[in-house]
Formats: sequence, C-alpha cells, structure tokens
Amino acid sequence: MEKNAPNIIELQNISRVFDDNGYVAVQDFNLTIGRGEFVTFLGPSGCGKTTTLRMIAGFDLPTSGQILLNGEDITRLAPNKRPINTVFQRYALFPHMNIFDNIAFGLKLKKISREEIIRKVKRVLDLVDLEGFEDRSVATLSGGQQQRIAIARALVNEPQILLLDEPLGALDLKMRKEMQLELKAMHERLGITFIYVTHDQEEALTMSDKIVVMSNGKIQQIGAPEDIYNEPINAFVADFIGESNIFKGIMTGEKKVRFCGGEFLCMDDVPEGTLVDVVVRPEDVILTGAEEGTISGKVTDVIFKGIHYEITVESGKYEMVIQSTKTPKVGDTVGMDLEPDGIHIMIAEDHITRFEAAVTGDYQLDYNGRIIHCDLTTVIPGARRQGEVLVDGSGQVIDPSRLRVHVSIEPGDIQMSDDVEAGLTRGHIINLIYKGDHYCYVVRTEHGHDLIVDDEYLWNMGDMVGLILPQEKMTFSLKK
Amino acid sequence: MKVTFSRRQLAIPYVIYLLIFVVAPLVVIVSYAFTNGDGRPTLQNLIGFFTNPNTLGTLVYSLLLALVTTVICLLIAYPVAFVLSQSKWKARSVVVMLFVMPMWINFTLRITALKEILTAIEGNLAFHPFFNSVIGMTYDFLPFMILPIYTQLTRLDHSLVEAAADLGANPVQTFLRITLPLSVPGIISAVSMVFLPAMTNYVVLDMLYNSTYIMGSLIGSYFSAYDWHGGSMISLLMLLMICLFTLVTRGTEESAQVRGGTIV
Repeated sequence: MEKNAPNIIELQNISRVFDDNGYVAVQDFNLTIGRGEFVTFLGPSGCGKTTTLRMIAGFDLPTSGQILLNGEDITRLAPNKRPINTVFQRYALFPHMNIFDNIAFGLKLKKISREEIIRKVKRVLDLVDLEGFEDRSVATLSGGQQQRIAIARALVNEPQILLLDEPLGALDLKMRKEMQLELKAMHERLGITFIYVTHDQEEALTMSDKIVVMSNGKIQQIGAPEDIYNEPINAFVADFIGESNIFKGIMTGEKKVRFCGGEFLCMDDVPEGTLVDVVVRPEDVILTGAEEGTISGKVTDVIFKGIHYEITVESGKYEMVIQSTKTPKVGDTVGMDLEPDGIHIMIAEDHITRFEAAVTGDYQLDYNGRIIHCDLTTVIPGARRQGEVLVDGSGQVIDPSRLRVHVSIEPGDIQMSDDVEAGLTRGHIINLIYKGDHYCYVVRTEHGHDLIVDDEYLWNMGDMVGLILPQEKMTFSLKK
Repeated sequence: MKVTFSRRQLAIPYVIYLLIFVVAPLVVIVSYAFTNGDGRPTLQNLIGFFTNPNTLGTLVYSLLLALVTTVICLLIAYPVAFVLSQSKWKARSVVVMLFVMPMWINFTLRITALKEILTAIEGNLAFHPFFNSVIGMTYDFLPFMILPIYTQLTRLDHSLVEAAADLGANPVQTFLRITLPLSVPGIISAVSMVFLPAMTNYVVLDMLYNSTYIMGSLIGSYFSAYDWHGGSMISLLMLLMICLFTLVTRGTEESAQVRGGTIV
C-alpha cells in the first residue's frame, strides 16, 4: 500500500442509479481527498450526499465509476474489509452489549489480546471524555453520550478514514455546537481523514477544510468554506450557503455590472456583455439616505432578529433583503449601496434565449406579426387536430387566442444576416465578446429583447442585423 | 341527569369476571389438589404424581415430544423468517401470509388432511406414533413459530447490521453477534407459543392414532375416572411449570438488555 500518496481516497466518475425506479442518486461524482483533510458533503436532503458516503463505506455499490483508496481500487470491496469506519446517523450502538463490548467489537474480531483491548478501549473513552463508562448499558446513556460512544467505537479501530453521517442531527442546538468544536479538535489531534455529511451549512462552514456542495446528485462546488461562502459558483450554492439576494445581471464594462436597476463596480473581471447571476449577501448591503445610494427603494418589511434587523426593500420590480442594525420604518424610502467586494459575480450557466409567442386563428405561432410553424399537438398534452380546429383530450375545442407558447433556442443556433428582413426579427449589436474560436454577441432587438448570439464571423458594434431563428432548432413549451 | 362513574366503579365488571373465571377456578384447583376424597387436607396427590412411574413417564414423554417439536419448528422457522425479513422482494408479505394461512383453516380439518397424507405414505400410522405426532405438531405450530421471529427480525434496525460490517465483521460473524442475539425476544415468544401447547395438545396424538398419554390427555383421563383431586394436582403442576418458564424467559430477556420486547 502506498501510504505516502498525498491523496487518501479518490472517487472517479461515480454514479449510482437505483434499479427499481431508475432514480439517479449520484451522477458523475469526481473528488480527491487529501490525507488528514476534513471534508464535508453538504446539500439538501435527497442530494446524494449520504449515498456517496455509503459507497465509500461499502454499504452501497456504485452503478459505474471507481473508488480508489491509496491508489487501490476498493469499489467492490466488502465493508468489513475496508480500513474505514462510520459514525451512523442514529449511532447504531448495539443494544445488547455494554459500552465496553460495543467499543471492543471491532478489536475482538481482530484477535487482539484482552489486555490490549482493555487498554485501547480506555484510551478512546478518555478521548471522548467518558472515562469509566465501560460497564454502563447503552440505554442509560443520553443522546450526546451515545454519540461520543459511537465516535469512540469507530476511532478505536484506528481507521484511515472516519465517515460521519449527520452525526449531530439528533442533538439539541447547544450540544451540537459543543460537539462541532470537539469533533474539530479531535480531527486536529488525531490527524485522521474525516468525511462528514450534513445539510446544515453553518456546521459545514464551522468544521471543514473542504466543502463539497451537492444538489440533485451532482457536485455543485468544491472549495474551502471561505471560498464557497464568498465566491459561490452558481445561484444554487449562493442560495444554499447563507442568506443571499440573487439577481440576473449583465456586465457593462471593465469590472462594472448592471443589476437590480443600478450599475455597480465589482471585483470580478468578467468580459463585458456577459450575462451573469449576481449574489449580494444581506449583511453587505449599506443603507444610505434616500438620495445618496446607487439605487433606492421602499421598505416593505422589518423583522427583529436579535443581533440585527432583517429589512426587505422593494426597488422597482426587484426585492433586496438587508441585514442591518439600523431600523428604518415600513414605508420609508431608503438608498442602498454596495462595496465592490460585496458583489459576487457568477457567469449565468443558462444562455438559452426564451421568448413568448401568441397563437393565431389557424394554430400557428405569431411573434410580432411573423409566423413560426409549430405542431401544437406536440406541445399541448392530449391535443389533436379535428378538421380546422384543435381539440384537447376531452374533446373540447382549444381557443387559440388564450394560448401563449414559450419558444427557446440555443445561442449557437441563431444566425445573423446582413439582410435585416431575412429573419424572425432584427436588432443592433450592443456587445461583442471574443471567445477564442467564435464571437459572442448581445443583440438588442427592435422589441427590446437582449438576445445572445454565437457566431464565428466578426461583426461590428452597432451593426443592424437580421436574426434568423431556425424553426427546427426551437423547442416549444406551453405557458401555464 | 348526567351519570358519572369513578375509575373504581368502572373496574367492577372486570373484577367480577376475574373472580368468577380466574380466581374461583384457581381456588377450586388448589383446594382439590391438596385434599382427598373425604375432603381432608393431604399431600398424597403430589407424592402420588412423583412416585407413579406412569405419570412420570407421561411427563417425560410430553417434555420430549414438546422439545423435539419446538426444536424442529425453530430449525424450520428461523431460516424462513430470516430469508423473508432480509428479502427486498415486494411480495414478501404474501409469502409470510402463505405460511400463516393454515391457521385460518379449522384445526381438525388440517390434521385430518395430514392424517390422510401420512396414511398414504406410511400405510399404518400406528407404526411410527412418535414420529407422526412430531410431524403433526410441527405442522400445527409452525406459523406460531415463524410469525414472532419474522416480526422481530423485520424490526431489527438495519444500521446495526451495517455497523457490525463496518467494524470488520463478516456476514457470519454479524449474524452470530448481532442478528441472532437481537432476535432472541422473538425466539422466546415463539418458543413459549409452541413448547407449552405442545405438551398438552393431545388432539393431534389422538387423531394420528398415537395412544400414548401426554400431559393434556393425562389430566383428561383422571377427570374422566372422577379423580378430581389427582387431576387438579397435575393441572396445578402444569400451571407452575408455565409460571417457571415465563419467569426464566423474562429473566434472560432483562439480563440481555434487549430492546423491543416480546410479541405475545
């Protein structure tokens, strides 16, 4: 075994699909964990964090992918053959054994001498501050004590990795805070790799060296707690880690971004014209006088939260939640400002262009007077043609004037043309970004849309172009 | 007018029931057991039971029959209950029901059917009376053995099994150190539902042409010979055995610190 490799465990392209219902619990999970690291899998329930932990422990097998421990493949190794121990969510102490036998369970299987076992059990009981508990029965212990015994039972085997599956979930708040610090201290003292699963973001931020944020079976972001908090990679992470305001925005210049009805200076050097998601932490918003801020709005809600007030301000069609020690009244007009380091820019993943179209009398889509051909029977569930009209599943005639259809198209599928009348619509190029092998344009259409268009040819700023949106590349969905 | 009853008043019907159907018969049995035909107090019935080779022989035979039946039931029932409780198969409750379903069919009918089958195989049932009785009893009591064990095993916290594996136990060690000890309450209640009835259920023996007496038929024979005193003493001794058995099993259970309790 290569004990000196810096990485103790590697998960490569791990996926887990449940046979009975085809549910994808974990999808293409890649992670490398260093020796002695404290890594936390963080995410809402059902995000696949526990399934991933169970695959590391060996209770669950990945559908595909590999788990390497010290460079050796342990993907299909039985749990009892892995030098990994688990602290279970509900402790899973053996109720028919006393504390000594619980802790000694693993040691007894290894044919270690009785004296050695007694010595080791005593040592871990000291470690978890429960000296002299050997003869107690499990039932006489409090939740917190059972938790410590569960940790002791795992640690006594001197595992290379300790897995902890929401171990503090059943404890009350005060106890949980104490145990967090104790676990952290224990990790530092022992130098064992800890992999910790929780849905509590605060717990993750307090304890971890590295956080793996998960959602819907996929890794969203891997990073140190500070990085995850300060530089969330997408809207999900920003929303999950701490309170945040998330706005759609666009880069308007070098380190300049426009969102929430104002233009702000920011720290991130993102190319001009890029569509971005902007995260603003409530504690970073500076309340100013009504006329002094970059943006202003009306206070709609003030809640006392102990150390601060939570203030909701409505600014145009946007809403900003602010944490402040100032106490404006509901109905007051306030100004708001942001320091550049209080603005977190994330490139919006979704550049798909969406627009809405009406339906004509003969069931075609109408976009500002231009016709898009679309088979509505594939868009409306159960609908079918009956002569001139379209009927729904129950035979009722569908009224076209009440229908609205969402049309989506990828930026790469939109073509630009010199002939301004050639396409569905036309517009001015307002932004131009070179992307290495192609250019990305923002075209403001005559109807006020900002369309993102990828094109390999160079056009000039301000050019008026026709926009051809091929119908076969469009996807349609019914507006509810 | 609103009528209200105190807790004490509400208990009256049950107290009456207990007096008539539990306490009174007990008093009658005890008084008959320790008196002779003249109504004088005596220990002769007790001494008689333990000095008569016939009654002692019946006791030994009954214990042996019940023991063999219980062991065979347990050997069949435990693996069945274990496999069923482990399987992720959705239809497992249907299979459990199939094992339990004979309980819904009239007992006499079942044993008569069994008698016909055994006769077809063996010819004359009188050649293997003990063997046939064991088969009949096992067939009759198997559902009572499976159900408590199955229930106990399905209640078992699966994370305990995983914890054992996690700590290095292979599947056999996990079974012996975790699953089996934790299913003891189920085994105890299953055994108590089979062993004691098996000692007294002489109908099975009767119907399968086993003319040997067991405890149940022994009491019956005393009563039909109008020896109420001797019969009462045997009944009392049976009662004491049941009490003893219950105390012992409860004791083991408490010392084992098992959660979950028994299903009776």
